[in-house]
Amino acid sequence: MKIKEMAEILNAEILTDFSKDDTDIKHGFASDLMSDVLAYANSESLLVTGLNNGQVIRTAEMLDMCTVLFVRGKQPCKEVIELARENSITVLATNYTMFKTCGKLVLNGMKGIESDD
Amino acid sequence: MTESFLKRYSFDIVANDFIAAGKGSSTIKNLLKSMGIEANLIRKIAITSYEAEINIVIHSYGGQLHCDLYEDKIVIVSQDTGPGIKDVELALTEGYSTATESVRELGFGAGMGLPNMMKYSDDFEITSSSDGTVIKITILL
Repeated sequence: MKIKEMAEILNAEILTDFSKDDTDIKHGFASDLMSDVLAYANSESLLVTGLNNGQVIRTAEMLDMCTVLFVRGKQPCKEVIELARENSITVLATNYTMFKTCGKLVLNGMKGIESDD
Repeated sequence: MTESFLKRYSFDIVANDFIAAGKGSSTIKNLLKSMGIEANLIRKIAITSYEAEINIVIHSYGGQLHCDLYEDKIVIVSQDTGPGIKDVELALTEGYSTATESVRELGFGAGMGLPNMMKYSDDFEITSSSDGTVIKITILL
């Protein structure tokens, strides 16, 4: 899924965009627990979270996850955006809840990550 | 230190500083990247070092994070000044956590820190007393 397509589906605001022409996100992982993200997510997946602080970006950075989507109307503060920029991470924000966000992404073809993958 | 030891990089980690938390691991990650180490290995090292760094911030009075480079491996050493882990075996159980509610609000304290370090390392050593905890995470290159 392209970033623009994701933004349209979720009525999301694109806060930073480092996607390339060939960026196509196929898998997503949703959690407010960063240790669970570190345990299960992989580098090509989208990180969906309602947690709004710099550790979200740090977690994405450690995993080489290039895209972070904030849900439930969370607007990341300037420092979070700055950290995302430093690490070339694309950031989006949607007002939808996490459940609805994931549902819409799955309906549009995105897959989840199984823990035993 | 064995003959193949090359260099140590050290970072001071301050207790309860959640703004700076992760800076040390970020620097280690960029350093390894500039050395041309394979992305998958860097990711394993970054995850374990970040979990170790967060643990120092959350649970200790402060400490240091070291990245020891060897010809054939990277060893992440986390060293703090206490108060130590009361029951190490229990702390290694997935989901077990002593983190406070305020730490959980920051997205940590899920009880996956030590299990994650074990999961991604080729060798994992932990010793803990009231004087502090030392964790050694080895990742073979």
